[in-house]
Amino acid sequence: MKFSNGFSMGQFVPGESRVHSLDPRCKIMGMFILLAVPFAAKKPLDFVPAAFCLYAISAASGIRFAKLLRAGRPVLFLIAFTAILNLFWTPGREITRLGPLRVTAEGVTLAFCVSLRIYCLVMMAAALMMTTSPMDFASGAERLMSPLAVIKFPVSEMAMMMTIALRFIPTLFEESERIMKAQMSRGADFESGGLIKRARAYIPILAPLFIQVFVRADNLATAMESRCYVPGAPRTKLNPLVWRSRDTAAMACVIAFVVFSLVWNRYIYRLADLLCPESLF
Amino acid sequence: MDGPIFSVRGAEYAYKGASCPAIEDVNLSVASGEWVALLGTNGSGKSTLAKMMNALLVPTRGVCFVMGMDTSDAELAAFIRRNVALVFQNPDDQIVASIVEEDVAFGPENLGLPSDAIRAVVERALRLTGLSETRRRGSHSLSGGQKQRLALAGALAMEPKALILDESTSMLDPEGRASFLDCLRELNARGITVIQITHRMEEVVHASRIVVMEKGKIAWDGSPYIFWEEKRAAFGFDIPPELELLRSLRAGGFVPAGTRPAVNDLLEALCL
Repeated sequence: MKFSNGFSMGQFVPGESRVHSLDPRCKIMGMFILLAVPFAAKKPLDFVPAAFCLYAISAASGIRFAKLLRAGRPVLFLIAFTAILNLFWTPGREITRLGPLRVTAEGVTLAFCVSLRIYCLVMMAAALMMTTSPMDFASGAERLMSPLAVIKFPVSEMAMMMTIALRFIPTLFEESERIMKAQMSRGADFESGGLIKRARAYIPILAPLFIQVFVRADNLATAMESRCYVPGAPRTKLNPLVWRSRDTAAMACVIAFVVFSLVWNRYIYRLADLLCPESLF
Repeated sequence: MDGPIFSVRGAEYAYKGASCPAIEDVNLSVASGEWVALLGTNGSGKSTLAKMMNALLVPTRGVCFVMGMDTSDAELAAFIRRNVALVFQNPDDQIVASIVEEDVAFGPENLGLPSDAIRAVVERALRLTGLSETRRRGSHSLSGGQKQRLALAGALAMEPKALILDESTSMLDPEGRASFLDCLRELNARGITVIQITHRMEEVVHASRIVVMEKGKIAWDGSPYIFWEEKRAAFGFDIPPELELLRSLRAGGFVPAGTRPAVNDLLEALCL
């Protein structure tokens, strides 16, 4: 049993692709703009542009589409929970019953759309994190948040916190695995019993992990201090952010794509109705 | 530099809430270019002294000068830390960035160096530690030995005059340790002062001086030869295999009595 099996959410995948080489500000803003596509989608066919967009990002970045798809695995439980709520509690035209629960046509559509929307959101965020090193991401976020410094918001400290948090995700997973194996070697059982029993079995992992996190944080703070880090002090960059013409071109493509998607959403159903008037979609 | 690089006089440091000081009445002077092995049992005060020499801790009594600068002057801390790099035991605790070259650049970025200068020092540090090929790799994907060399590269990127290694080889396998020590030898040959805290006697053979700490005090300070011949047993340390070999060779008449060949020269001669 492994905590980190297939875990890819938030982990940077080094590469030299066009997407990798874009300015992080362009990627962050681009992602937020692209989120309009799944959020504006109200029917299943509206997700076609979002799927196309994710496939295009995967092709341009050299990150396998399957890897992007796997990024949504940690939120599958949340997706299933939301889908069930929407499926049984959406009023509308009843199509079947499961005991006391009514399943409506509107509920099916809504459950499908909400699930896809969350999955698209996670995949887009994963695409950003997989193609942007945490240091670049933090630099980009720092620049984008820089206006907040006017109201004394600790922008650079927040950026450093983000860098460290992202850097330590794989380390903490390794740590959890190590503690888990140590507990298993002493007879701990994480795989049998009901939900409550299993949840309780994880307590002996969480307690040492929590302590380890604090020890590590203390050691890291000392190491950072010994390397002349002073919170809030100005720092220079190995790779300073430079907005190039390709970033402008990428932003223009993103905006054009979002406009196209919204137009698609408006007209695709008229087309679908013309071709197949009885379609469920 | 004319004076000693480190000068600790009557230093004492007590952690908050501790019943007794971690170190007391420590006097130590280290000349530029020396390789000092700092030995002692756990809790003997070695790491506290190391942090004091990096201005991370300020003596509660006595003084600690680094390159003539008083570590108690907070304004000089950045200068001291730039010139005295500290490498800790666990590399995972000191790697800040997810990409190798970005982590090496962390220190120079804090110093406010321009990008071109950062690139140059990062390049040099990666070359010295043999990590040039891994510069764009994720730091979490490195082996234990590579991570420790990355921690060393991060320290070297500050272009320090002295390196303090706090049990930095304890998590390495024999091959990784040998390569790490080779790197240290090269740096020491270039004039960088090395203070090495270790429990491994085979690493101490490279030192030009041995300092033993006991219960927060310096119990012995002197030449490695005198330590191995006369004091080792009193402090309960094993003799490294290299020196055991030297003794046997001397007993067999292969090495003339009274001569003290450098262990590295002897090993190289044997390998030939």
